[in-house]
Amino acid sequence: MTEQALYSVEVDKLTRKFGNFTAVDAISFKVNKGEIFGFLGANGAGKTTAIRMLCGLLSPTSGQARVAGFDVYTEYEAIKQNIGYMSQRFSLYEDLTVRENIQFYGGVYGLSREAIKNKTEELLDFLKLHEQADKLTVSLPLGWKQRLALSTALLHNPDIIFLDEPTSGVDPVSRKNFWLLIYSLAASGKTIFVTTHFMDEAEYCNRVSIMREGRIVELDDPVQLKQRYHADTMQQVFMSAVKEKDV
Amino acid sequence: MVKKSMKQPTIEIKHLVKTYGMVTAVRDVSFTVGEGEIFGLIGPDGAGKTSIIRILVSLLHADSGEALVQGKSVDGAIAYVRAHVGYMPQRFSLYPDLTVEENIDFFGDLFAVPASLQKTRKEKLYDFSKLGPFKKRRAGALSGGMKQKLALSCMLMHEPKVVVLDEPTFGVDPVSREEFWNILKQLSANGTSILVTTAYMDEARLCDRVGLIFEGSLLAVDTPEHLVNTFPTPIYRLSGSAPHVLYEALAQTPLKNRISLFGDGVHILDTQGEGPEALRRQISDIDAPWDALEPIAAGMEDLFLSLMKE
Repeated sequence: MTEQALYSVEVDKLTRKFGNFTAVDAISFKVNKGEIFGFLGANGAGKTTAIRMLCGLLSPTSGQARVAGFDVYTEYEAIKQNIGYMSQRFSLYEDLTVRENIQFYGGVYGLSREAIKNKTEELLDFLKLHEQADKLTVSLPLGWKQRLALSTALLHNPDIIFLDEPTSGVDPVSRKNFWLLIYSLAASGKTIFVTTHFMDEAEYCNRVSIMREGRIVELDDPVQLKQRYHADTMQQVFMSAVKEKDV
Repeated sequence: MVKKSMKQPTIEIKHLVKTYGMVTAVRDVSFTVGEGEIFGLIGPDGAGKTSIIRILVSLLHADSGEALVQGKSVDGAIAYVRAHVGYMPQRFSLYPDLTVEENIDFFGDLFAVPASLQKTRKEKLYDFSKLGPFKKRRAGALSGGMKQKLALSCMLMHEPKVVVLDEPTFGVDPVSREEFWNILKQLSANGTSILVTTAYMDEARLCDRVGLIFEGSLLAVDTPEHLVNTFPTPIYRLSGSAPHVLYEALAQTPLKNRISLFGDGVHILDTQGEGPEALRRQISDIDAPWDALEPIAAGMEDLFLSLMKE
């Protein structure tokens, strides 16, 4: 099923209401395979509600959405098996070692012993965590914990990875290294769906959408957006886009 | 540089040291905050910001060193500090089941603000924070930016002259952050001294002075303008449509320890003072397309990265 899907994420007039309040108001967009898609917006604009629907955690009021080729209304269990999710509030077991955390999550995802063993080595390699592998997680700097959290989200080999403000609070060097990892994941064909409040990170995305009051008000690549707004930075684009549509 | 520098500083941090078991969280940190000044303590999580703040507001004991508020040592004046310092902790600590107004009333009562004053202050805070239209909304149902403005409002009900904010803009979008900083500017203009921590480098320029902190040590303290203007190393920006590809290519060259990835391109430190032509020669045979190599002024993040490496 995933093989046949043209897009990783396909959203058409997706809407979610809470009582009289429309949190997500008929949004439509498509995310290509292997794309880094930045999902931006002000607090309260509806990003979290949208992401929860796309991850199969919340049922839409109306509209359509397919994630990894699966329907959000009926195939939400399949969606969960085909996406990875990591947020700033990642949950690692601090009194387990790095290796043990990976093994634990492998078990949670129902991987076989053999698969866990192989996958652990592969991830330690990819994330350059070998030296830290047998250290207690509690002793790791935040930047390394963040890499580990990402690795646990990759264990079941998902096609799409949702990153919800993954770099908040991390030092600038670790943030840059994290983005280099994101690029190599995208280059290997994974789709990256990321939210962030760091507008310099918006520049790293292939395309970004900007949400305002439940609607998507802009959707394009950063270069085009900066030209359209006569802006030097995505920070300026964001400020104008969100305020312009204020009226 | 410091407003009203003749006066005694409102906050004095002197040689603070704090350890947790084997971990040294704060290493001999000293700085002052003057009256009406906005001082930003800027650094990533785990740098020691929260430990310093918690020592200052009397919630944590230092191993050595001293924190003073309006000339009084915090350790000997806990009641004074709690009555005169407005402290906004990192975690949202309001009552989600109470409305905006009920939360503000609660904190007014808690700080024993006379009922006759509560009403006018509340109106002033609504004005300030633009929360008036939402006063009947439950705090738990507010957006992240509004929650932070409410927490700030609650903390301002007793009109403290010293305000200490621990990462008030964490997880807050750029527009709400701008609004929040505008409120801080107004407070400062009215003479309130503000110590604020943040992990956003771009907020440095909104402070009167900043301290850059990493792994428990203060790396630099100064006005943001002076810090970036005196950055000793020329910086060149190599721009192209895919900065990360440029970065990966440059990482294979002798320039590898002098490059940083930015949204607008790769920043190259000209540590040897070679000039653009020499740099251009060194990048001429990299296997990645680029558009331009041009000198740029250092930003706060360039400075922070370079201090981190030292």
